[in-house]
Amino acid sequence: MASIAARRLAKELKEIHAEGCPVGINLLKADDFETWWFSIEVMGESLYKNEAYTLQFRFDAQYPISSPAVQFVVTDGHQAPIHPHVYSNGHICASILGNEWSPVLSVTAVCVTLQSMLASCKKKERPVDNDRYVRHAPDNPKKTQFHYDDDT
Amino acid sequence: MSSDYEYSDDDGDYYDDEEMIDGTQDDLSGASEDDMDMDVYGGDDFKVTPKGKRKSYEVDYDSLSQSAVEKLVKEDVDYICSICGVDESVASLLLRHMKWNKERLVEKYMDNPTSLLVAAGVTAPEPTTTSAQSRTRSIDGSASRRSTRGATRILALGGSKTKSPTTSPPLSHYTPRSFKPKSDEPFVCPICFDDSSDLRTLALDCEHTFCSGCWNAYLVSKIRDEGEHSVKCMAEGCALVCPDPFIRTVLVPAPGAPIGDPTQEEDNRKAWSHFQELLVRHYVASNKRLKFCPYPGCTNTVSCPSAADKSSLTTIVPTVSCGARGIGGQMTQSQSQSGWGLTGKEHKFCFGCHIESDHRPVVCSVARMWLKKCRDDSETANWIKSNTKECSQCQSTIEKNGGCNHMTCKKCKHEFCWVCMGPWSEHGTAWYSCNRYDEKAGVDARDAQSRSRASLERYLHYYNRWANHEQSAKLSLDLYAKTEKKMEDMQITSSLTWIEVQFMKKAVEEVERCRMTLKWTYSMAYYLAKGNEKDLFEDNQRDLEKAVEDLSELLEGPIEPENIPMLRQKVTDKTVYVQKRNEIVLEDTAKGFLEGRWKWNASVEGFDEPERTEY
Ligand SMILES: [Zn+2]
Ligand SMILES: [Zn+2]
Ligand SMILES: [Zn+2]
Ligand SMILES: [Zn+2]
Ligand SMILES: [Zn+2]
Ligand SMILES: [Zn+2]
Repeated sequence: MASIAARRLAKELKEIHAEGCPVGINLLKADDFETWWFSIEVMGESLYKNEAYTLQFRFDAQYPISSPAVQFVVTDGHQAPIHPHVYSNGHICASILGNEWSPVLSVTAVCVTLQSMLASCKKKERPVDNDRYVRHAPDNPKKTQFHYDDDT
Repeated sequence: MSSDYEYSDDDGDYYDDEEMIDGTQDDLSGASEDDMDMDVYGGDDFKVTPKGKRKSYEVDYDSLSQSAVEKLVKEDVDYICSICGVDESVASLLLRHMKWNKERLVEKYMDNPTSLLVAAGVTAPEPTTTSAQSRTRSIDGSASRRSTRGATRILALGGSKTKSPTTSPPLSHYTPRSFKPKSDEPFVCPICFDDSSDLRTLALDCEHTFCSGCWNAYLVSKIRDEGEHSVKCMAEGCALVCPDPFIRTVLVPAPGAPIGDPTQEEDNRKAWSHFQELLVRHYVASNKRLKFCPYPGCTNTVSCPSAADKSSLTTIVPTVSCGARGIGGQMTQSQSQSGWGLTGKEHKFCFGCHIESDHRPVVCSVARMWLKKCRDDSETANWIKSNTKECSQCQSTIEKNGGCNHMTCKKCKHEFCWVCMGPWSEHGTAWYSCNRYDEKAGVDARDAQSRSRASLERYLHYYNRWANHEQSAKLSLDLYAKTEKKMEDMQITSSLTWIEVQFMKKAVEEVERCRMTLKWTYSMAYYLAKGNEKDLFEDNQRDLEKAVEDLSELLEGPIEPENIPMLRQKVTDKTVYVQKRNEIVLEDTAKGFLEGRWKWNASVEGFDEPERTEY
């Protein structure tokens, strides 16, 4: 199945190069089919105005049948946005990255979803269980069984 | 069926000459068992309990194979088919959605069939507005989609070719759609971007079309990696669930289909059979009277209606067995297969809790409390588990390598008890109180520090004995091997036949079983409130423990060819005696639970609060 992952990622990359990313999103680095980085910024009025964050995508051979591992970069001076669904280690609790992942979702579609997740935020705060989660979190956020609540 | 796997009947398997046991009855009152009260436990009690009669510490249960459960599933499916007038695959999806609650299902279906069919992922929701808007529905992610945190639109890749919602009859027998898009544009799979002209495409009723290779990879991943029995359509936000015939079409090649990739076919075959198991597991998990066997690789189920109600767990300990033995590839269904050690181990587990062993005589809630305490205090108690100790007389290191607690220091010949480190001479007599915690220390403690020390000591007293029996039972694997060797030697050095040396094996197994009972009696004693009842409990515990240690010692001793007939007699006597003592502990404790006789020194789930929390 590795060939499907490669073909699909090649196609996505080609589209990004040809058509560019949606507004506020920029491809930083995509040298291989394992890890890509994007910068993400919320446009217009929001709690995150003028703040830029870095998103990391990790792909395995199962992509796109199974979701990529997506998180905010928190090393080298980068920080994760303060948001009720973003942990301080960069892990994100979003159902589309877990049980509602669909193989038709593209990398840019995920970026746009996360961008609007930030845009709709009403209050900058960390998840209530942030400290506990971060202490025990696995390196790969896909190994976490997030509980997706329906609010916000 | 159940009684075939119960304790009493094992005798029949190991003893081909049961008369031998009966013949030894009279000797039991002999010198070696002088503390046995024959008035209380009269000679009649030594008869092996007749088959079929349930003892007070046993529960009725049945074991079911996967196909037997599949029959039950089929009955429910047929029932829903006939009541609701839907086909089998729809009935199955509805039942799964309703967690197999037929009554609620029928009620809901009669109330509003459409909403139930939508909720179960059988049909797509009817468009509520104009068809122009509904055309973009699946690109948006439907309203029923949960939480992308108020995200706006999700972009699907490659331009979704959504048609307006299908109006095809939802209740017809399911046939997977396989079609090419009508437009002149060649089909491109929106997942893998394959655009080959001979691409096989598939879609559910929603007509979200993908290539069969992507469906295949997706289904295998969902079933194998995520253990899902209700797999949704691959389109983003689409809630339709793949019906069984669809999954079958993808995973199981039709007869006469061209030979494909063998690894893929093997993966598919495994995924399909795992899917069957997931359905059975879901059915079993939804039914309180059933429980799936927890042993790895086993697909049997146990039915135990008497333990279905949680409130029953204060009066019974529902130890059950699925009927199989062994682990994984070495598993057998045959009960008569009396293998040695772990390979032939019976699949015994508790129906009432998650403990994967027989925790009789103690009830689930107390067993759970105890295990939690042991986990919480594991660091404090870790040193005890170690298999080496120092001789209390000469300080040389002594390693325990058998189950027997009667230790003799190789260096100074000091004989002592492994558990309490006291001299063994005090254990051999009628005075044997190794099992009982001396409460005096706790009573004398005045300040907080000595009280906390006393409470730790008290815990360690019970934990020590608990861990020791567990350890000894684990060492029984070695003992099995050693015993088998002895049995072989015995056949050479004596005139005994293979059948006639089985008494050794029987004794080893009995010791292991009794150590399990003893182990759990320490968790029980730890929580038992002080008083007459606890004293009696500990009397029975002490008698069993002493009997077990005696037999254990006999089994580990050297065998002189000229003494074999005598050894055989002794081992047989003691085995029967140990068995009886075990019966007494199990019977009396079980009766105590039925009578509500046991009072605790701590608050235990399902029981009355203790009057005072003094030990
Ligand atoms: Zn495809
Ligand atoms: Zn669909
Ligand atoms: Zn089993
Ligand atoms: Zn239990
Ligand atoms: Zn010594
Ligand atoms: Zn002792």
